[in-house]
Order: sequence, then structure tokens, then C-alpha cells
Amino acid sequence: MSTQAQDAGPARATHPRALAIEARDLVKTYPKGVRALDGLSFTVQEGTIFGLLGPNGAGKSTTVKILTTLAQADSGSASVARLDVRAQAAAVRRAIGVVAQRSGADPTATGRENLLLSGRIQGLRGRELGRRADELLDRFDLAGAAGRMVRTYSGGMQRRLDVAMGLIHRPEVLFLDEPTAGLDPESRSAMWDEIARLSAGEGLTILLTTHYLEEADRLASQLAIVECGRVVAAGSPDELKARLRGDAVHVELAVPGDPAQLDAVLRQVPEVREVSVTGTQLSARADDGATTLPALLIALERAGISVHGIAAARPSLDDVYLRYAGRRFAEAEEPASAASQPAQPAQNPSGGTR
Amino acid sequence: MTAIAAHTTWMTQRQLKALVRQPAYLIIQFIQPAIWLFLFGSLFRKVAELPGFGAPSYLDYLVPGVVVMSALSTSMWSGMTVLEEIDRGIMDRFLVLPLRRSAIINASVVMQSIGTVIQSLIIIGLGLAAGAHYPGGAVGLLVLLVVSVLVAVVFSALSNTIGMLARERETIIGLSVFLLLPLTFLSTAFMAPALMPHWMRIVADCNPVNWALEAARAAMSADPDWARVAAQGGGLLALAVGVTALSVLTFRAYQKSV
Ligand SMILES: Nc1ncnc2c1ncn2[C@@H]1O[C@H](COP(=O)(O)OP(=O)(O)O)[C@@H](O)[C@H]1O
Ligand SMILES: [Mg+2]
Repeated sequence: MSTQAQDAGPARATHPRALAIEARDLVKTYPKGVRALDGLSFTVQEGTIFGLLGPNGAGKSTTVKILTTLAQADSGSASVARLDVRAQAAAVRRAIGVVAQRSGADPTATGRENLLLSGRIQGLRGRELGRRADELLDRFDLAGAAGRMVRTYSGGMQRRLDVAMGLIHRPEVLFLDEPTAGLDPESRSAMWDEIARLSAGEGLTILLTTHYLEEADRLASQLAIVECGRVVAAGSPDELKARLRGDAVHVELAVPGDPAQLDAVLRQVPEVREVSVTGTQLSARADDGATTLPALLIALERAGISVHGIAAARPSLDDVYLRYAGRRFAEAEEPASAASQPAQPAQNPSGGTR
Repeated sequence: MTAIAAHTTWMTQRQLKALVRQPAYLIIQFIQPAIWLFLFGSLFRKVAELPGFGAPSYLDYLVPGVVVMSALSTSMWSGMTVLEEIDRGIMDRFLVLPLRRSAIINASVVMQSIGTVIQSLIIIGLGLAAGAHYPGGAVGLLVLLVVSVLVAVVFSALSNTIGMLARERETIIGLSVFLLLPLTFLSTAFMAPALMPHWMRIVADCNPVNWALEAARAAMSADPDWARVAAQGGGLLALAVGVTALSVLTFRAYQKSV
């Protein structure tokens, strides 16, 4: 199986690439003893979109802050665009564009003023700066609102402006920290198209953090799943899914079941592995879902366990997550998201379509 | 050096535009001193008749007091702007751009200075309209402007530093409320030193607000005492440079906490 299948272009895929980002054993402890990063490492090849996927509090933003020179790691090292983030911070800042999780646009200035200021600080001047600003305003569909104060922008417009500000000086590496969090589905898919275009058309390296499985699956050619400040799994989405061997089987039980009992029952069916139960949700893995389902149903019926529904699917990233983090992605999200992000779209546990 | 100047200019322009777009804030900043001038002028008018006060009219004595108090009270809120920029993520965005750290602080200092000069000129003008005399002439008034700007620089830098370290509005509000009146009344803003209790005079000698007032009054008198202006003004200038440098260093502490 080709691991390059998801990469940006066939021409590039044949060349071994230089690394645009290298993070080695990053450790970061915040005052009060919160260990945000606990030995995090990964590399990103030039010209690709790399996804950092993980629930709230996993350490994604902390990683971005360290790589963009805002924060410093307690230990470990990192380079971006072949520059050391600690020793060559000023040069790194010129080589990167940053879209932080919180918009950094000035709400009391207009969209155009925000863009121009970023451009000036990045060293652009005069007519060249004006042209570049207009080009980006057009491209991000903000030309009509360019003269309005950012405070009047919708969430989607503000996010597009953030990306435009990050791109003004044609950076080598673009950091996008949860670029679509809080956007409505329509704005989200428009943003996805734009991100995909950036990477394909301009050869930009993009580091994207997200807590949406679908987003990582769709955009990233390589990704790392982050849990509690560590990378628990890394590879292309297809690779990660392929590593799971076989199909995911999901069973909806009538009443919450006893994991030990269910495990014993299902192990009687050949080919069934990795049984896990959360409430009425039972997940397992089987080499061929379609042929295993009938045998599985019979085994459950014999044990007197009633079933509301059953399905087999190609493994999704959620299954990958379950395998490496030991819990469903949506579960990992719940405690944190309840407080900070009330409008979370529901994660679809069997949404893998690839 | 030229980079710092350019960066400071852009950052100042940004804040000026924001200020002009919020005229309510501007109007309050310029009306409040007028109210003080009127209130204190009416309340304490007879004070100048006390034996030993040593000024012909209380209004003459009051104008530098209100100018410096206004510079103090406005500048102590400066940290609120810094906090707002931190809360909105604007600060973090600037910190990942190739922007000189000192330009962020410089812009805040320049903004405070511009505001203070305008505010002071309004008070001086109102005083003149009400019949105050400025025997020291233009040079005396210029010294008043300079020391009121220095007071604004000292206390806005202090407020910015505290804003970045404490990261809470309450701390800035508390500090402003707590410091404004003691700093003002433990000085010769409204009362001649000869009539102050002895202990208060000693405290006032350590109060930078008082240094500003002493320098201004020495320059504004008919027979200016330039040695006194230099001594008091010099102390204030050194303090302003020190506190501003401290606030630039605070970025390091701030970046540890992000
Ligand atoms: N400025 C900070 N001060 C203290 N703790 C922080 C700070 N920023 C993040 N943390 C903590 O570090 C951990 C990782 O946070 P973060 O990197 O923001 O996660 P993510 O972006 O994946 O949601 C969390 O436990 C969070 O509470
Ligand atoms: Mg985050």
C-alpha cells in the first residue's frame, strides 16, 4: 500500500522531502504544575498538510505556541523552516504565518487595516503591500467588508481574515490552530476547500490542529493523534486505519452490557477481536465485517443479549482513536467541551467513508 | 533603531485610530479635569487666604495640581488596554510577528503622552479663562507639560506591567482607586507645603507626583528656581526610564505564562 497516496502532488511524491517542522521531545509545564506537553515529537515534510488531532486540553495549542516562538518549551527542541525556534526566533517569525485559536485581529480596526499592519510588520511596503492585501481580500471573499470594522464581522469572516493576515507575506509554513472551531457547517466546508487549495496550489506547508476527526481525515496527508501531551499514533489517515486490520463492527445493545460477559461471548466467534463496550455501544474488529455479522448475532442471541442494531464499516479515524487512546473520541471531548464549546457538532462514530 | 521608530509609529497609529473611533472615552477624559478644576476651585478658594499659604490666588496654585492629578488618574488605567489586547489575542499575534517588543510599550507611552498633553492644555486654557495667572510664562507652562507627561509615563508603564503580570482587571481597578487619592493628597497638589503636617511633608518628598508638582511650580513662578526644576524633574525622568524598561522586561514573564 502506498503511503504517499494522500500527498499533495504526484510530482513531489517521488522526491524525498526536506523537513519543514521538526519537534523533538517537547516538554512544557505551566505554573501550577499542569504538564501540557510530555515529550511530544513529530516531523512534517515540506509542502504537506500535517494534522495534530486531539481532544481539548491534549496540548495542541501549546505545541503551536512553542513552534511559533510565542512560548518556550522547558526541554526538547524544535525547528521550523530549518530554523531553531529558540535560537533563531526572529527569523522563524518571518518564515511563518500564524492563525491562533483565538483570533488576533483588532476589532476596532477595519479588515484592510489589520491586513496592512501585519504586512508592514512583515516587511512589505507601498504598492506591493496594497496589491497583496487586495488580492487576499478578494480571495477570501472579504473585499466588500474590507472597510468595515472587524467587530462587525461574522465568525466565518473573522476566521478568513485571520488566515489572510497569516498569509500576507507568503510564509513558508502556515500554522492553523483549530481554524474551523465554532464555525457553521457551511463556513467550515468553505474553509476546508481554501486550506486544501493553499497546500495544493502554493506548496505551502501547513500545520493544522483540530478536534474534528472529519477535518483531519479530509485535509491532512499525515497526522499525529495527541493525548495528554504525547503523540499516541502517527501516520497518514489511511495508514492508521489500515493498521487496524479489518472492519469495525458496531453493535447497539438494548441495555448496557457487562464488558467481561460480552467479551467472553464474542470471543467464541472466530475473527472477532478487540471488543470494547461503553454503555450500550459495543465495538469490535473483524477481518470481514459482512460475513461475521450473522455469526455474531447468533452468538449474542444464544447468550440472551438483545440487540437494537448492528453495522459493519471500514475503519474510521474514530476507530483509530479508540484503538490508541482506549476511548471514543467524543468521550474524550465531553468534559472539556461542555465548559468551553457549547456548540459542538456531534461526532458520528461510524462516519468513516474512506 | 530605525526599525524601532517605524514599528513604534505603526503601533501608535493603530491606537490613535482606535481612540478617535471611541470619542466617548476621549470626551470623558477631557471633561473630568474641568470638573475637578471647578470643584476644587470653588471648595478651597478661601484656602489661599490662610496665613502662610504663600500664593496670591488659589486658582493659580490649583492649575498645576489638577494638571498633574489628571495625568495620574488617566494613565493609571493604561493597563486595561493592555489586558484587553491580551484577552483578545491581539498581544499574542504581535508577539509571533517580527515586531520589536519595545515598540509595543513605546506606542503605549506615546499614546499616553499625546493624551496628557491635550488634557493638560485644556486645563491650562480653562484656568486662563477663569482668571488664573501664569507668571512663569510659556517656559513655565512647557515644564508643566513635560512633568505631567513624565508622570503619565511612569504610571502607565506601572499599570501596563501590573496588567501583564496580574492579568486581572480587578487588580488594575483596585490599584488605581487605592493609589489615586493618597498620591494626590500626599503631595502639594492642593495644599501648600507650609500648611501640611510635618509627617506628610516627609512622605510627599518620596512621592513622584510631588516631584512633578515641585518642578512645575518652581518653573512657573515669577522667579524660577531652575536648580529645583532640574533636581525634581531629573528624578522623575530617571524613574520614567526605569519603569518603562521594567515593562519591556515584563514581556518575558508574560511569555512564560502563555
Ligand atoms: N496559559 C496556560 N496556563 C496554564 N495552563 C495552561 C495554559 N495553556 C494551556 N494550559 C493547560 O495545558 C493543557 C494543554 O492545553 P492546550 O495546549 O491549550 O490544549 P489543546 O489546544 O489541545 O486544547 C491543558 O491542560 C490546559 O489547561
Ligand atoms: Mg487549543
